[in-house]
Amino acid sequence: MAEELKLFRTWSSVFALRIVWALKIKGVEYETIFEDLSNKSPSLLQYNPVHKKVPVLVHNGKPIAESLVILEYIDETWRETPLLPEDPYERAMARFWAKFGDDKVLTSIFWGVFLKEGKEQEEAMVEAMEHLQFLEDELKGKTFFGGERIGFVDLALGWLANMISIFEEVAGLKMVDEDKFPLLAAWMQEFADSPIIKDNWPPRDKLIAKFQALRDAKLAAAASK
Amino acid sequence: MSKEEVVLLDFWASPFCGRVKIALAEKGVEYEHREEDVLGSKSELLLNSNPIHKKVPVLLHNGKPVCESTVIVNYIDEAWPSPPLLPTCPYERARARFWGDFIDKKIFEGGAKIWGSKGEALEVGKKDFIEILKQLEGTLGEKDFFCGDNFGFVDILLIPLTTWFYAYEKFGGFKVEDECPKFSVWVKRCMQRESVAKALPEPEKVYEAVVMLRKMNGIE
Repeated sequence: MAEELKLFRTWSSVFALRIVWALKIKGVEYETIFEDLSNKSPSLLQYNPVHKKVPVLVHNGKPIAESLVILEYIDETWRETPLLPEDPYERAMARFWAKFGDDKVLTSIFWGVFLKEGKEQEEAMVEAMEHLQFLEDELKGKTFFGGERIGFVDLALGWLANMISIFEEVAGLKMVDEDKFPLLAAWMQEFADSPIIKDNWPPRDKLIAKFQALRDAKLAAAASK
Repeated sequence: MSKEEVVLLDFWASPFCGRVKIALAEKGVEYEHREEDVLGSKSELLLNSNPIHKKVPVLLHNGKPVCESTVIVNYIDEAWPSPPLLPTCPYERARARFWGDFIDKKIFEGGAKIWGSKGEALEVGKKDFIEILKQLEGTLGEKDFFCGDNFGFVDILLIPLTTWFYAYEKFGGFKVEDECPKFSVWVKRCMQRESVAKALPEPEKVYEAVVMLRKMNGIE
């Protein structure tokens, strides 16, 4: 039976990019369906009725949602070039760091520093710096979070590699200082330069425009309260 | 080292700790249990084992710490493979993880909107919470447990959280049994398992703790 694999995504979603990267690393063929989140397709609503979000991976008609859940599914279904380590303790560490990235790093940097200003932004910045320090410490003795090659945690945190410079440009402040976070800065460069990652990144100018508009809208809404 | 050393840093009222206790019991793993004074003074071991979050539960396996309850339950399943807590087929495993993620994101936070507020905000919280339970009821369907015939991962993540429902019911003025009868049947079914009954606190005791939490947060 021919495999049918579809990925529902948007052009800019960093969560969907995790899936693109994983499938490319594994050399798995798939069809892309781009969604307009302001006008969601009936298929998306049918495949992800609970959250109505991207990414959704549909494998032979069966949908899987939530990017980290999808990554684990991909790793279990296509076993070459594993994303997660073999050892249960190492796997637990990988899951812990991926969760830390989504729960804490993304929250403090995007919702805290990027989408706020003034005192709220300053407070979020303190938190963000603490979070980044934890990542810096975790990289000691490693090229990637996965060790010698890209793994689960690198894909989960991969948004940092390109989005940080976009957030910095739009918000007009430095978040990852190479002097403060040398290992993290090196990882961001190494990750962004990796062949599969480099070839699968949305256009920078489009991202700048999108996130500029997002920040402007958020700050305007907050000011009018 | 021939002898396994397993230590759990615990707090009696924490549903997240409850998950770990149930998982260890299901696997027949013996462990040392250490109660933490989470509202007072956390132990050196806790602060050293979980420097990032400084929270319970923490599982120490031969001295190596694992943090975050869902990560710990997955770890327990992989370190002691029998009996399995997750289904064998990748798609069913993904479904289980999806609902585990849903439970992690929605239940405890949803409940906090009930016990942690009053007036209009409480009413909204209650309405949203019941909607969440209805979604879970929908996915449970006619099955005995969330993944089918066997008690497993999703049940383990969810059942401890239900010990806080009595508190939500008291503050919200509703009963889960009236709103979601099938869900209540599942709760009772799980509570009949020895691993569950032994691991979880009495809802009345949790309610007393939540009353105290509410006062501490100045909501009265």
